[in-house]
Amino acid sequence: MVATSGLERHLSHLNLVSVYALPAAQGNLTLLAANRRIIPMPVALEARKLVKQYPGVLAVDEVSFQVEEGTCFGLLGPNGAGKTTTVEIMEGVTPATSGEVYYYGSLAGQKFRQESGIQFPSTALQDHITVKETLNMFHSLYERKGDLGKIIAECSLGELLDRDNRKLSGGQRQRLLLAVALVNRPRVVFLDEPTTGLDPQARRNFWDLVKRIRADGTTIILTTHYMEEAEILCDYIAIMDSGKIISQGNPEALLHEHYQNVIIELPIDDFSGDLSGLKHRVLETQGVIEIETNDVNASLRDLAAHSTGLNRMKIRQPNLEDLFLDLTGHSLRT
Amino acid sequence: MLNRIYAIFRARNLEFIRDRGSMSWNIILPVALMFGLSFIFGADRAEYTVGVLQSGTEIDASAHPFLETRYIQFVVVNDEADGFRRVARHQLDLLMQIEGQQRYWVNPDSPKGYFAELALLQADADAGGDITKEQISGEPVRYVDWVLPGILGMNMMFSCLFGVGYVVVRYRKNGFLKRLRATPLRAIEFVIAQVASRLVLVTLITSFVFAGTKYFLDTRMDGSYITLFIVLVVGAVSLISMGLMIAARVTSEELAGGLLNMVTWPMMMLSGVWFSLEAANDAVRNIAKVFPLTHILDSARAVMLDGANLAAIAPQLIALLAMTAVFLVIGAVIFRWHPN
Repeated sequence: MVATSGLERHLSHLNLVSVYALPAAQGNLTLLAANRRIIPMPVALEARKLVKQYPGVLAVDEVSFQVEEGTCFGLLGPNGAGKTTTVEIMEGVTPATSGEVYYYGSLAGQKFRQESGIQFPSTALQDHITVKETLNMFHSLYERKGDLGKIIAECSLGELLDRDNRKLSGGQRQRLLLAVALVNRPRVVFLDEPTTGLDPQARRNFWDLVKRIRADGTTIILTTHYMEEAEILCDYIAIMDSGKIISQGNPEALLHEHYQNVIIELPIDDFSGDLSGLKHRVLETQGVIEIETNDVNASLRDLAAHSTGLNRMKIRQPNLEDLFLDLTGHSLRT
Repeated sequence: MLNRIYAIFRARNLEFIRDRGSMSWNIILPVALMFGLSFIFGADRAEYTVGVLQSGTEIDASAHPFLETRYIQFVVVNDEADGFRRVARHQLDLLMQIEGQQRYWVNPDSPKGYFAELALLQADADAGGDITKEQISGEPVRYVDWVLPGILGMNMMFSCLFGVGYVVVRYRKNGFLKRLRATPLRAIEFVIAQVASRLVLVTLITSFVFAGTKYFLDTRMDGSYITLFIVLVVGAVSLISMGLMIAARVTSEELAGGLLNMVTWPMMMLSGVWFSLEAANDAVRNIAKVFPLTHILDSARAVMLDGANLAAIAPQLIALLAMTAVFLVIGAVIFRWHPN
């Protein structure tokens, strides 16, 4: 696995060009930076042939991947793809039927628990307990301690400290759960569908927060239903379906690998006559026609001949959602 | 409107029926209770227990017409001092002697003793007898003194079992336990914290109620407060451990409720909370010994009413500690952090 884009961003951020000689046994990756000097990146977390078998269901089928230190790794997939089970095995809360999880080259154990933070998609907190008491309680469970004042400030919880957990809004609650995941100054943070159910503003605030955490060098493993979120936050993604990873790589590289074309979108109401008359690959979704083309001029001439007007036409680059739909054949929220 | 009510009605019924654990317990529990109670008390439950002071082991019902009275369980008492003690502690409603001089003893503070005495005197008068009443040496124990440990113990039982068992099941169901699992917290640390938390609460509440009854009702306390406190702590820990064991795997609050009821009801009936088990057969009395509450009440009553010291109640305390160990080991082995 090579997270070129993430690495370059990381390097440019740190202005790092030194050479490290780390033993291969630790599973370090060696990458070429822009100046062509060899830069090794430690592998923070590695899944090796993870299998989870439930009665009658193979939820995870020999899944392997590596997550480099300081990057944001996105695990994507439709519901039931096995991504939450995979992440829970990585987190150590669900035992694997077979396979291992390595943390900086060693089997994940108590050290990993001390140095990891987790935000589950739905975690109930204790009733009648305030935000401050919740943070203090989780803070006390770790020997490795983060600066609570800084975490509270970063997660904008200062004005909520004395509020009962039950009286938090969805966005406030997610910020608290993220703060709980950060109380031990984790080296690795798992964010499992962290923005599901949040309004767009709260979601964007949350993204800024995650970017700041990553900028501090924290490794992030993110599962999400939102492709836009993955595109914005992730240096590297793996797409899962039916318990397997069906594609993985840097988002830009994956898109480049799968698409050389652009997509023209036009509302179906603007068409006249038979769609089969078009000379391009045509996809109809939710009242919109999508045409994939590598010759926009020719396609526009073709469309003009079949449509009542092109005023509502859009031309865009393929995105992760297109890739996801092409690879899985599923809608994201099925 | 009816459609909406029916939709919710149907959905709730399906939810309940498909939760096989809860469904089963809702059927099994009343059936088990019915058979259990009939086994304990028989078809004709004896409401009164009268001791017959005699040398043999068989009671000759023809020796006195009172011995043929229905709804009274007659038990043989061979030792006079033991008979007096049991009358004083409401374990016998009345003690009578028919060998040699016919006489009887009754606790003046026993409501059931009062009615048993009336029945005895009526039967004796009908037969033209002349049974005489004797005084029990020493201070008789009031019913409130006898029942106080039972009430405190029952309160402890509910607080420990439901207060811990139900909460753990709720934590597991709503994912809070799973979140804790993702921290360095170990199962044994979680269990110890739960035990300690409930222990402090139960100890404070029970001590407060005890102090209140002592002040307002001047309840009897012949033994050492320290010894009684040890009984309280050891007993509470055993009940909390029992609650944790029951909640170790359960994911449904309804099933947890069924299981907790399954242990609390027999303890309420068999451990001597409200009445003595003198009327029950030996098998039932032996079964009662598997319940922690039986040992808690026996030792608490021994301390409060008889002034027993730590050595005298050591067997009960050892039994409670052994039960605690068994409950905690089983609970730790089968403990599950999250539902799946």
